[in-house]
Amino acid sequence: MVKVTRRSVTAGAGLFALGMAGKASAQPATVKIGVIYPLSGNAASAGNYSKMASELGAEIVNNGNAELAKFLPFVSPTGGLPGLKGAKIQVVTADNQGTPAAGANQTLRLITQEKVVAVVGSYQSGITETASAIAEKYGIPFLTPESVAANLTERGFKWFFRTTPVAGDFARAYADFLKEQKAGGKKVDSIAIIHENTEYGNSVSSVIADTFKKDGLNVSQNISYSANSTDVQPQVLQLKEKNPDVAIFISYTSDAILYTKTMKEQNWKPSILIADDAGFNDPKYVKEMGSQVEGLISRTSFGVGKPGSVSAICDALYKKKTGGDGLDDTSGRGLQGFFTLVDAINRAGSTEPAKIQAALKATDLKQDQMVAGYKGVKFDAKGQNTLASSIIVQMKGGQYVPVWPKANATAELVLPYKGW
Amino acid sequence: MSMTLVQVVVSGLLLGAIYALFSSGLTLIWGMMNVVNFAHGDFVMLGMYTAVVIWTALGGGPWASVPIAALLIATLGIASYFLLVRHIMKGPMLAQILGTFGLALFLRYGAFNVFGANFRTLPDTLVGHSFVLGGIRFEGSRVLAGAVGLAVTLLLHFMLTRTAIGSRMLAVSEDATAAQLMGIRPQRMQALAWGLAGAATGIAGALIATFFYTSPTVGETLAIVAFVTVSFGGFGSVLGALVAGLIIGVVESVSAFEIGPVYKEVVVYVLFVLVLWFRPQGLMGKT
Repeated sequence: MVKVTRRSVTAGAGLFALGMAGKASAQPATVKIGVIYPLSGNAASAGNYSKMASELGAEIVNNGNAELAKFLPFVSPTGGLPGLKGAKIQVVTADNQGTPAAGANQTLRLITQEKVVAVVGSYQSGITETASAIAEKYGIPFLTPESVAANLTERGFKWFFRTTPVAGDFARAYADFLKEQKAGGKKVDSIAIIHENTEYGNSVSSVIADTFKKDGLNVSQNISYSANSTDVQPQVLQLKEKNPDVAIFISYTSDAILYTKTMKEQNWKPSILIADDAGFNDPKYVKEMGSQVEGLISRTSFGVGKPGSVSAICDALYKKKTGGDGLDDTSGRGLQGFFTLVDAINRAGSTEPAKIQAALKATDLKQDQMVAGYKGVKFDAKGQNTLASSIIVQMKGGQYVPVWPKANATAELVLPYKGW
Repeated sequence: MSMTLVQVVVSGLLLGAIYALFSSGLTLIWGMMNVVNFAHGDFVMLGMYTAVVIWTALGGGPWASVPIAALLIATLGIASYFLLVRHIMKGPMLAQILGTFGLALFLRYGAFNVFGANFRTLPDTLVGHSFVLGGIRFEGSRVLAGAVGLAVTLLLHFMLTRTAIGSRMLAVSEDATAAQLMGIRPQRMQALAWGLAGAATGIAGALIATFFYTSPTVGETLAIVAFVTVSFGGFGSVLGALVAGLIIGVVESVSAFEIGPVYKEVVVYVLFVLVLWFRPQGLMGKT
């Protein structure tokens, strides 16, 4: 029972007055957006880059940018959201700590205590799953820019949106790519899939395995491991013994580093090595390990476009913010997701979750408005972006360059995998 | 036995020696003063960062980083003893657990603040390349870490069991008051234990950094292994940690190879539970 005291009555009256004042000024001065990423734990490196991407998005909107304003309706030359009478964005960050439980708790905190109007996150698919369930319960839009597990958009959620391409899209890309290599005379008779054993690795590996099976590609080995492993020598020795023609890794950063080091130690390399983005695309991985994996094939949804394009301008601003690191696949997709949400809030002209949800459903961003290399953003009934796409890149001289499909390629594909 | 399986066993043995190396500091502190140091993994992490900093700042390899890390983490150990552990030991068991756990969080998030969340790695060539001996591949940095691990744990074991200072330390651990009556200063011995444990942990960190990734949370990953190794071998027994480390390393490698990596922990922990079932004090622990 609430005890009525003079103090509580006064406080209540004060709150009421504040509420009235809020109504009187018609528009809020700030729009709070929750951003949840792994800021500690094994994926902290990637999480911090994604967090900086969201922060950059808010800075661009708040400070204004004349060049981007030409492309993006939610950016004004002078600053503030045009659709909300110049309201500023406040990013409230939360750390999912790399665990699904913390992801759910932190999302709850963002919604109930910080009163955010929408949430962006949460990198690992397994954590996006629990975090978005909380947002669904509270009727708050949740947008994931990077989690790819297939089932996330199969849950019948009304408040969940995803801008990234999903496992099925890039499984198709890998299968087409490998079939083309096979037709070109390369040996693609045995394929090993090595994946970490949470939502991301399990779902992506099973989608790839299914797609390959339908396409008549032979998956001869399927190795599941924990991303927190202290040692991966036995797995590499298993691979060395069977010696498949193609190996596909689905890994986070710490395990990607261990596999790279151990494969070199045990001197084993397949003729085609594919790494499904994630850990192998972490800027720190590329920087520290890039020289050890010459010829590694990966996918990406980010490529710096021609000067003056949205992606090129954002890449330059991001470099300034991070002190040198440009946008990569994860942070590029992250900023794209954040922008998609901001665009919806701007069109909604309101901070009411239901109006933002309606605006998200009506999203129609074009290719020239993209930070990521998508054909645009348009959500289907399940909240999946139907215009998302990815390209195949190859590690050359310490960085990834587009090599497939031919239309996007800026460099020649070189096989077999060279390694160190 | 196929050649690959021999390779797996050899890799497992080397891994085990490394497990023993970074567990010896934990077991020493437990044996000396019945305090579980939950910050142990983070001591290892700081040893690893010492190696990274020495490499990036001075271009120095393990010959420079191992002694410096040993000295630094030993100092940290002694400082932790005088500033924190000495005081919380007077409190209930819970205070000890939460005290060192707090220290762990302090060090971990301090590292986040100073070094950032990024992964760091040292060049593979720092110790030397891998070499082939009798058809088995050996990785230079792992061989060095394994050999030093073996040497350090044996040295600690002999120091505790065969020297006067070791006897004094054991006397304090058995009955501090009685030891004090014999003219031994318990605090000095306990500080020494923290210093030695810190030195061993620093050495471990600097060596592991040559073949493992370094990040602020790496201590969490390694600490679990250390706790399992120590309770498997018997809390307080350095030799037990060595034997347990070797067993765990081999069992983990062979089961990951034969059954599958996701099940390796199941095998290790089933074995662990069985050992504790029949010998709750661990393989070589005192009852």
